[in-house]
Amino acid sequence: MSKPTDMKGDAKLNSYRAGPDERGHFGLFGGRFVAETLMPLILDLEKAYYDAKGDASFHAELENLNTFYAGRPSPLYFAERLTEHFRSQSTTGGGAKVYFKRDELNHTGSHKINNCLGQILLARRMGKTRIIAETGAGQHGVAVATVCARFGLPCEIYMGATDVKRQSPNVARMYMLGAKVNPVTSGAGTLKDAMNEALRDWVTNVSDTYYIIGTAAGPHPYPELVRDFQSIIGNEVREQMMAAEGRLPDTLVACIGGGSNAIGLFHPFLDDEDIKIFGVEAGGHGLDVENGHAASMNGGAPGVLHGNRTYLLQDDDGQILEGHSISAGLDYPGVGPEHSWLKDTGRVTYVSVTDNEALEAFQLCAKQEGIIPALEPSHALAHVMKLAPTLPRDDILVMNMCGRGDKDVFAVAGYLGMEI
Amino acid sequence: MTETRIDRRFAALKTQGRAGLVTFISAGDPDLETSAKILAGLPGAGADVIELGMPFSDPMADGPAIQASSLRALKAGQRMTKTLDLVRAFRKSDNDTPIVLMGYYNPIYVYGNERFLADAVAAGVDGLIVVDVPPEADDELCLPAIKAGLNFIRLATPTTDAKRLPAVLANTSGFVYYVSITGITGSAAPDVGKVHAEVKRIKGETALPVAVGFGVKTGEQAKAIATGADGVVVGSALVTAIENSLDSEGRATGKTVPAVLDLVKGLAGALRA
Repeated sequence: MSKPTDMKGDAKLNSYRAGPDERGHFGLFGGRFVAETLMPLILDLEKAYYDAKGDASFHAELENLNTFYAGRPSPLYFAERLTEHFRSQSTTGGGAKVYFKRDELNHTGSHKINNCLGQILLARRMGKTRIIAETGAGQHGVAVATVCARFGLPCEIYMGATDVKRQSPNVARMYMLGAKVNPVTSGAGTLKDAMNEALRDWVTNVSDTYYIIGTAAGPHPYPELVRDFQSIIGNEVREQMMAAEGRLPDTLVACIGGGSNAIGLFHPFLDDEDIKIFGVEAGGHGLDVENGHAASMNGGAPGVLHGNRTYLLQDDDGQILEGHSISAGLDYPGVGPEHSWLKDTGRVTYVSVTDNEALEAFQLCAKQEGIIPALEPSHALAHVMKLAPTLPRDDILVMNMCGRGDKDVFAVAGYLGMEI
Repeated sequence: MTETRIDRRFAALKTQGRAGLVTFISAGDPDLETSAKILAGLPGAGADVIELGMPFSDPMADGPAIQASSLRALKAGQRMTKTLDLVRAFRKSDNDTPIVLMGYYNPIYVYGNERFLADAVAAGVDGLIVVDVPPEADDELCLPAIKAGLNFIRLATPTTDAKRLPAVLANTSGFVYYVSITGITGSAAPDVGKVHAEVKRIKGETALPVAVGFGVKTGEQAKAIATGADGVVVGSALVTAIENSLDSEGRATGKTVPAVLDLVKGLAGALRA
């Protein structure tokens, strides 16, 4: 059922950074596939965003919040012991020099705050008085609840009932911050179902409500604006790496659920074509296990869901599959449309790792570096474990440590059968 | 484009001087055989236009009743090919009642747009309502559908303001579906006064018939909404009747078909009174 999507054929652009076009397309992908009730609002949002983009005072306020509220820039950290570990594993005498972009040190514990600060300023600009959001791992939900508290706006978070259980620390944080958390029981009770319910809320309360989408997906202009707010990650890495090594990195690695942390790291480097870029999808129980993974690009096909055309996990009748990942934040059957385009152009290489490989990386990172990563970037690290030993010693690799693992410690202890 | 069954039906309704009853059920709910029986009985019960839902796993614009209906159909093995088969079978005994396929874009896209349009026309489908393909994407499915001879029916909503309405109406044919509330199907009852004003506004911009839906459950409501409109759409109430007729295992019973058809008879009677 896979359709030919050879974007090389119709790539008229000289740059990988020029998208989307005026209709929100990244090649075949993206667009605005929403119900009529939402369409006027989507168009208003686009106008408000382009207006803000050209407004120096908007950027100044966002920069101030990023610095003094979120704690940016996040450090670029040389992971010395892991680098030694990978070198000791190398059969070729190589082993890349591994850096972490420490976005887990941001206020609220992940990269999600970058996007939420930008969007809450947009919501205020548009005169909206109520905020809704979906969340998977709860990282986005916590970031939304945080900015809503900071700006004094009421907030409702939709979260799959399965995720409410496996990410209970984040549910507690959202409550503490004054948000209302609505557990969603339809479907498998994960991120896809939470997004359906958030869209139903939005269509019902369209006049006063702003929907803070958590990833670089959904109808245009969300994929573009979320990418722009997250690009602070890659922009900082460029500067920090010049300061640390006097040159740009050779290799970038980030995990992909919807793909916002990844596009934030990748986008500023897309036109530096010597830089190898890897996106790591959630391979769950393995790509060969039917409906047992969440790797929409490696194990799915193009389709239309949640406002955009992108790679989706689906059956041959166009019904969306639930997918599976140990990581609630990656457990989503789609991916941001720009990633789908970058896959088809070949600019970014998308791979997958399994639940077990991610668990192994989680433990390695905790013991080697004293950093407990979230299960999401543990996927990125699991690929670094495979890749770094095969690279030469002078290869500089940057992995986005996009979230901290506090929320996951009890779940991981359970998987590992640890007595606490 | 050439005249369709939808055009002929609304012209006949105008002659009769009444609003039409547009009924929605999901294809294959609760199972294919029962669904075929309901479909076959709808015209006799008083349905003037039939909307047949193409089940989708993620019906974002629908409330709990139609979500459940869609999932019942999928669980019973419904697929796009079977939905088209249902229409084909219906056409063997009824060549007049218009059938509009309604749903979301992905199952069509995955089936293949061109192949879908050709197969739908061949099966006897008259029109399409695809909730998540707005006029901004008309080249995607709407224009090819018109070319294939199908009406592409657009939803106008309370948020479709005067500036936007012409774009929504531009490539619409058959009828305009006015969504009476900002919300999902089967939720709050619409404010009749507001609906009348909105229908008047839309009719000021188009000669097409206007049918009103979302939130209409009873004959009384249908009658009140019908004033000034050309049709009233009832969906959630019908699929709820299906749901309430099922046994504890979720299977159809002897009550399922009559439960829907009796409700349709009541609604049709109210509109003809």
